[in-house]
Amino acid sequence: MSSHAKAAAQFIKNTERTAWHDQALFFVRQKRDNVAKNIDEWEVLRTKASQIKEHTVSNLEHYLTTFEKNAKANGIQVHWASDADEHNKIVAEIIENHKAKKLVKSKSMLTEECELNHFLEENGTEVVETDLGERIMQFLKLPPSHIVLPAIHVKRQEVAEIFNKEIHTDANNSDPAYLTQAARMHLREKFIEADISMTGVNFAVAEEGAFVVCTNEGNADMGTSFANVHIASMGIEKLVPNYESLGIFTRLLARSATGQPITTYTAHYKKPAKGKEIHIILVDNNRTEILKDKDHSNMLKCIRCGACMNTCPVYRRTGGYSYSYFIPGPLGINLSMLKEPKKHSGNVSACSLCYSCSNVCPAKIDLAEQIYKWRQDLDKYGEADPMKKMVVKGMKKVMGSPGLFYAAIKSGRLINHMPRFMVYNGLNDWGKGREMPVIALKTFNEMWKKGEVRSNESSKNK
Amino acid sequence: MMKDLKNMKIGLFIPCYINAVYPNVGVASYKLLTSVGLDVDYPLDQTCCGQPMANGGFEKDSTKLAHRMDDLFEKYDYVVGPSASCVCFVKETYPRLLEKEEHECLSSKIYEICEFLHDIVKVNHIDSYFPHKVSIHNSCHGVRLMKLSSPSELNIPKYSKLHNLLSLVKGIEIYEPKRVDECCGFGGLFSIEEPETSTCMGEDKISDHMATTAEYITGADSSCLMHMEGVIKRKKLPIKTKHIVEILSASL
Ligand code: SF4
Repeated sequence: MSSHAKAAAQFIKNTERTAWHDQALFFVRQKRDNVAKNIDEWEVLRTKASQIKEHTVSNLEHYLTTFEKNAKANGIQVHWASDADEHNKIVAEIIENHKAKKLVKSKSMLTEECELNHFLEENGTEVVETDLGERIMQFLKLPPSHIVLPAIHVKRQEVAEIFNKEIHTDANNSDPAYLTQAARMHLREKFIEADISMTGVNFAVAEEGAFVVCTNEGNADMGTSFANVHIASMGIEKLVPNYESLGIFTRLLARSATGQPITTYTAHYKKPAKGKEIHIILVDNNRTEILKDKDHSNMLKCIRCGACMNTCPVYRRTGGYSYSYFIPGPLGINLSMLKEPKKHSGNVSACSLCYSCSNVCPAKIDLAEQIYKWRQDLDKYGEADPMKKMVVKGMKKVMGSPGLFYAAIKSGRLINHMPRFMVYNGLNDWGKGREMPVIALKTFNEMWKKGEVRSNESSKNK
Repeated sequence: MMKDLKNMKIGLFIPCYINAVYPNVGVASYKLLTSVGLDVDYPLDQTCCGQPMANGGFEKDSTKLAHRMDDLFEKYDYVVGPSASCVCFVKETYPRLLEKEEHECLSSKIYEICEFLHDIVKVNHIDSYFPHKVSIHNSCHGVRLMKLSSPSELNIPKYSKLHNLLSLVKGIEIYEPKRVDECCGFGGLFSIEEPETSTCMGEDKISDHMATTAEYITGADSSCLMHMEGVIKRKKLPIKTKHIVEILSASL
């Protein structure tokens, strides 16, 4: 059994939670459908987004240097990091230079990818996540289980408990308005005290040397308004050429992510205010390698909207933690294989090849097609399940010879169930929740041979 | 129907599951196609198109089967099969497996039977009576790869070839589940690699079909129906599965 299958079986045992998780996320998917269908040019927007990203990542060097030049001219300090380590060190250096102690952060999947929080905390910096969901996860000392809705798997009673412990709210009051208000008061202090504010970057605009951070809670804006130093971390694929192309992405992002027409806050950063500093760190961390991989370079088009997770029938029923990578769902399966195929091959089975993700993705990434390709590669990495390999070899032999095939069906009929090779040898696994198919008394082949099919020929139109 | 279609040779493609478990689906397909005046033949000793291995990650192991299929059907003008997912596999991967251009091999002339009746034969009359409530199972490969209906994710005009065909049946009441094209969890090797998830998806899908009050779940993919039938029998649920060709040919 793959690592995902094992963890999934565990998650699914709690049928009530599974149903609730599935429904909560499908609800988001439906909201997305509704707004997408209200825009006549939706499919055109997706095509354009895909083309713009294609163009930008194909000319990445040009756009990166253009961005750097323009950002510097605007007074933004630009740093380059080839990997997570370098990224973390750059952040630490900036903190050090300012003798800073307290840092507030808005949500950033890149800093998750670099495991920044852990690194900074070890170095004695207080790191406070200011996105409500992220803050909950930080209190729980767990990673997010979804890239847009990090605490989607946590019930409000559990939030009440952890808030009671951490910020002394009433443990029996799980009213969302009450809890949100308490979080707001708690975070307000943190915003005021912070020396440095960190954000991710949703889009960077090359021609303007500017960048955009999208949130629903306004926490990025709060952070950067108070602290004098703003550090923004960005993967090098986040570039778009100009404001015109940016408009396409801001129309797609929130609609795809949560079904809102636009994120509540779309903050544009172009130059530091008087007496303040803006640093931007451009991070590679394997991205140029992905760019060279023609089967998977499309992954660089991702705008991290999370729509592929919300629509994935497997993710919805198995939760974020059943995947071995910090990003779950169709996106995570692909990114994890690009990162460390040996370590993460256990996620590749988490797909029924329904192709919904490929249809929902605003950047038209061929997510399911790529998962199919990874499956073909597992054997190459020595990671194909030996049981599965054996099944397939057996199938190949039986299916390759009509003699063997029909003999196997015959013997299956005698013992009144499917020959093992037709349910992939998985008698036990098939039988876990399903009855075995029953073999017919005669195969179609036999019926045809005996002339029993042709006697049915309709003569009506002859 | 186009005149020259009557002079065409149609090869009937019967996938392994249908051959062994649902031969009546094969018979129904034959009846349906001959009822519209087509010349239909079944090349003997068919086995499998190779999809199960490929979806499990062993596409290369399907090459021999692809050659076999390509040879078996060489002499036919059209090849028609009652399984969206198998047909789609042949269409999409055979050129790659056989190292041939699409027009040189089976891929260019193979059709899923509903697609064939709807788009090529363009049937507008079917002599069938089926006085029951049915819920359409829009299978993933049928919808998103074979384009038998408009996928729920896309903002394109709504259509459904299965619905159009079923509407020609007398006495029928047609429904669709709320999550109109959500996966039933079969997915080939997925069904045994992730049995808990697969079964959970199956149960959810069947509940959704049952909520329509339908007596039958019907669709163009026997493998999905087989998986759901397994769950229905295990849980003794009050709904049945029936391949769409059996409904379309109910009075033939
Ligand atoms: S892969 Fe596509 S759908 Fe998934 S998060 Fe990225 S942009 Fe969104």
